[in-house]
Amino acid sequence: MGFLALLVAIWAVASRSGDRFLFPGPDDVALALRDSVRSGLLPRAVLKSMARLLVGYSVSLVAGVALGVALARVRWVKDTLGAVVLGLQAIPSVCWLPLALLWFGLGEMAIQVVVVLGSLLSITLATESAVNTIPPLLVRAARTMGATGGMLWLRVILPAALPGIVSGARLGWTFAWRSLLAGELLFISGGLGQVLELGRELHDMALVLGVMVVIVALGLASDRLLFGQLEAKVRRSWGLDRA
Amino acid sequence: MEPLIALRGVTKAWGAAGSRLALSRVDLDIAEGEFVCLCGPSGCGKTTLLNLIAGLERPTSGEVTVRGAPVRGPGPERTVMFQESALFPWLSVQRNVEFPLEMAGVPRAERAARVERYLKMVHLWRTRDSHPHELSGGMRQRAAMARALVGEPSILLMDEPFAALDAQTRDVLHAELERIWLETRKTVVFVTHNVREAARLGDRVVMMGTRPGRITRDLAVKLARPREANDQDVTTLAGVIERELKIEIEKVIREELDDAWTPAGGGLPGAAGRDLGGGI
Repeated sequence: MGFLALLVAIWAVASRSGDRFLFPGPDDVALALRDSVRSGLLPRAVLKSMARLLVGYSVSLVAGVALGVALARVRWVKDTLGAVVLGLQAIPSVCWLPLALLWFGLGEMAIQVVVVLGSLLSITLATESAVNTIPPLLVRAARTMGATGGMLWLRVILPAALPGIVSGARLGWTFAWRSLLAGELLFISGGLGQVLELGRELHDMALVLGVMVVIVALGLASDRLLFGQLEAKVRRSWGLDRA
Repeated sequence: MEPLIALRGVTKAWGAAGSRLALSRVDLDIAEGEFVCLCGPSGCGKTTLLNLIAGLERPTSGEVTVRGAPVRGPGPERTVMFQESALFPWLSVQRNVEFPLEMAGVPRAERAARVERYLKMVHLWRTRDSHPHELSGGMRQRAAMARALVGEPSILLMDEPFAALDAQTRDVLHAELERIWLETRKTVVFVTHNVREAARLGDRVVMMGTRPGRITRDLAVKLARPREANDQDVTTLAGVIERELKIEIEKVIREELDDAWTPAGGGLPGAAGRDLGGGI
């Protein structure tokens, strides 16, 4: 916290000695943020972005875990889709946007495609590796205790892989957030990315910096509060972190 | 009387086209209520034999039967304890012990009563809410023992369950296992490479050899129970087993090491150079 205050102080001093227009200080940024909150521009944009993120990320999470599990456990899925997933992983998510725009038009569907493709594969790969690295002994032991089929999956394999899946989900969240902003920045109306673009068009550097601060704050808060807590709790009760 | 567990001509091969024989034409009968120790050097197939009885592996040829019925997979009448506890890290001790009962569809009220009974039997009732990583190695194996017993199987299969523990903890758990066995009269098949452990626990010590894995000697142990780790009879018997196994163990080492290796003095039974006290 002290370090953060120091950074803000350095920022304030630096902006005084430079061009206030291109490099506004923290006070200007705070004012710009206040105005955009009062006008409803920022809250609307945040809500819009968050709603998109939740939809796209939910799809990614469910599909990513399912695909990861299938890759780890079903031979023909690995043989067919395994290389495809690795290959597609090399494409930055925003590169899907031109294709998505042409296929789905300038709308929600296109941005969701980008968000899902941006986060799905990292969740898939993390899940696959988590399931693959389960100690085989646990599965053997479970089989001797009568666990088979669905029960073996639900009660043993998925819980055993959960720490790895949670890490993958955390990573996927970050990727989804980045993909969303990139998409909004480039083409799609509404949302934080577009406010950023609006600031550029209006030459309102204070607004641009203000939105960036909001993006950092939202990213940090969701990562720490949502996933940090969850991951720490899982790791602790799985005995992966010695308290 | 018909044996509880019977192996007939059991062969298990590994590798391409069965190039390596883990077990070759093994015959073994185990009667109900017996405590049988399988003892031999590493690579003799003792763990494979246990896994075949557990139904975790299938024989390449031959047949494993329990109460006359061929073993086709794991079953609730046969439970296994491994060298590592294999407890589920995400469940408390109590929920771990409850797990086999849940899989068997035992009603909740009865589950609670049985978990309590077996956790008290291994003296872990007080730590029932702990997670496995909060327990010592010995406590983990106690929990694994409760989990193996809670479904009230007729056969308990143990694969070097105490090998990773320190000597003191192991001694305590030997006594506990013997007490529980005298109380419950399960049929126990206990795999170990520790000859003293085999002599301490077994009604029978089945010795095994390597290349290919096979039974070399089947020794009945007629010592009174409960036994002590330092009983003179146990020590003497351990010596007998050790000498029997030494030939096999040296065979393994010779394959693993350079040609120049030779056993230390007194290695082979009756070898020259053993000091019999003639120099007094």
